[in-house]
Amino acid sequence: MGCLACAALMLDRGGVTLYRKESSSIPVEADSICPDRFLGRGPAEIAALPAFYGRRRVTLGDLFEVEGTGADNITVSGDLRHVKKIGLGMSMGRITVTGDVGPHLGAYMSGGEISAEGTAGDWVGAHMKGGRIVVQGDAGHFVGAAYSGETRGVTGGAIIVGGNVGGEVGARMRRGLIVILGNAGEFAGAHMIAGSILVFGRLGGRPGAGMKRGTIVAFGDAPDLLPTFRYACRFQPAFLRFYLRRLGESGLSIDSEPADGHFRRYLGDMNELGKGEILVRDQPQ
Amino acid sequence: MRINGVEIEDTFAEAFEMWGARLIITAHNQRWALTAAQAATGFATSIIGCGCEAGTNDLPADERTPDGRPGVAALFFTTSRQNMEAQLLQRVGQGVMTSPSSACYNGLDAGDTIKVGGKLRFFGDGFQSSKLLDGRRLWRVPVMDGEFVVEESFGVSKAVGGGNFFIMAEDLEAALAAAEAAVTAMRAVPGVIMPFPGGIVRSGSKVSSRYKGQHVSSNTPYCPTIRPLVESALPDGVEAVLEIVIDGLEEEAVGEAMRVGVGASCLPGVVRITAGNYGGSLGRYQFHLRDLVDA
Repeated sequence: MGCLACAALMLDRGGVTLYRKESSSIPVEADSICPDRFLGRGPAEIAALPAFYGRRRVTLGDLFEVEGTGADNITVSGDLRHVKKIGLGMSMGRITVTGDVGPHLGAYMSGGEISAEGTAGDWVGAHMKGGRIVVQGDAGHFVGAAYSGETRGVTGGAIIVGGNVGGEVGARMRRGLIVILGNAGEFAGAHMIAGSILVFGRLGGRPGAGMKRGTIVAFGDAPDLLPTFRYACRFQPAFLRFYLRRLGESGLSIDSEPADGHFRRYLGDMNELGKGEILVRDQPQ
Repeated sequence: MRINGVEIEDTFAEAFEMWGARLIITAHNQRWALTAAQAATGFATSIIGCGCEAGTNDLPADERTPDGRPGVAALFFTTSRQNMEAQLLQRVGQGVMTSPSSACYNGLDAGDTIKVGGKLRFFGDGFQSSKLLDGRRLWRVPVMDGEFVVEESFGVSKAVGGGNFFIMAEDLEAALAAAEAAVTAMRAVPGVIMPFPGGIVRSGSKVSSRYKGQHVSSNTPYCPTIRPLVESALPDGVEAVLEIVIDGLEEEAVGEAMRVGVGASCLPGVVRITAGNYGGSLGRYQFHLRDLVDA
């Protein structure tokens, strides 16, 4: 899509619009793209906010065309595949990313909403505290996970990924909700402390390794579980129906029907507290 | 004023401020949702002797239960916020949690809340767990058929208790038929309950007694068997009186229920419809019968 067409599209959304001037594989750190940082600033002041282009310190204006006002609604377009940290630490407002976006989207965010209309890189919503991130395409590894060396990751909010995700989704999460409509890679919920991970596609190997509490739900295919998980029962968890209905009511296209079935409950990881659960839905014969 | 030949007395029902809560009780099927709700709202006819007034209410057609299973609404009314917490703890704990496949959710979006699931969770003996979504915390308590899901807090708000009207009839059969018709019609009004057995009370009371320590006594002016002995309120030809008491989460709901009920009870054999009040000096709300049926 040409630049002018994109600009027209962005203007229709209202608020501040940023359009990447040129494509490049050089990583950009753009944690300034955040409603909290835009608050009270006009286009010129927003364009003067700092960013990194590789190791070089630049401004947002060097990389993006900036138009409009209104910090609570930001639209970012263009080639963003190597643009990192959009929405880092945001506490309010809304960011819409119209294409694919790079890693660390919405890391440390505590409020507001990010909607990515394409794919996203690694570390989506790392250490998130609140708010909501919706990625319509695939996302990379470590969605909602804790950075290396940290003992706890996500402590609130919701991350919804429409496609597949890589490994270690929700690693060390403490609270919150992660919904994967596609497949999840290995070690989903590794060292999880609490919270919920719902996987509608295929759940990767070794889910819940080292988890203490929390819930991992496999609506689709599930692997053989680690031997440190023990079968508890087959039942119909009412809370799951509540979850899926609430998500559906919040405007997400999530079908609540999968929660109506029977689930096998496994408790683990017995090497840890053993109060975590993996719920595996009975598959239709 | 007359409807179908039935006199609508120019008087009003006097109602009081109470605290109300609305719970949504769900279960594996409608039968067990209703069973749990009836257990929780049982023995809750009058605040005088039961600690609260409670009843079930069908869900409006456009309202789905929080977990999508069959369910009913249960409404509770008390004189204070503290009493509400005590009553719900007992009634949800003993009436809902014990009922197979049940779950219990808040059904009233109110600024004030009381903790119920947050206390009942201790029944789980350390194996309970919680889920937090959009600010609503659910407790999952392990029980023998799976788990009991109960919301941590329930909304409470100021409500209206004691809306009423009396059906004065030629005989018991006519009074009962009219009262039954009224209750059937009123049950379709959302946000109200008729807390007495089948929605109908025969032992209306007055707030005085000749006995020390007895605060209320039979509503003797309306008792036909002692008509010559008291200053009777019964017109000639009236041989039986039944009362319908209405509690509601909002004043408008109580008024609507009374309007529907009065209209439905004007059947053959009914002589007069009247209402109970204390001269307007005690209750905050007044529901004038003729204004309601004119509306």
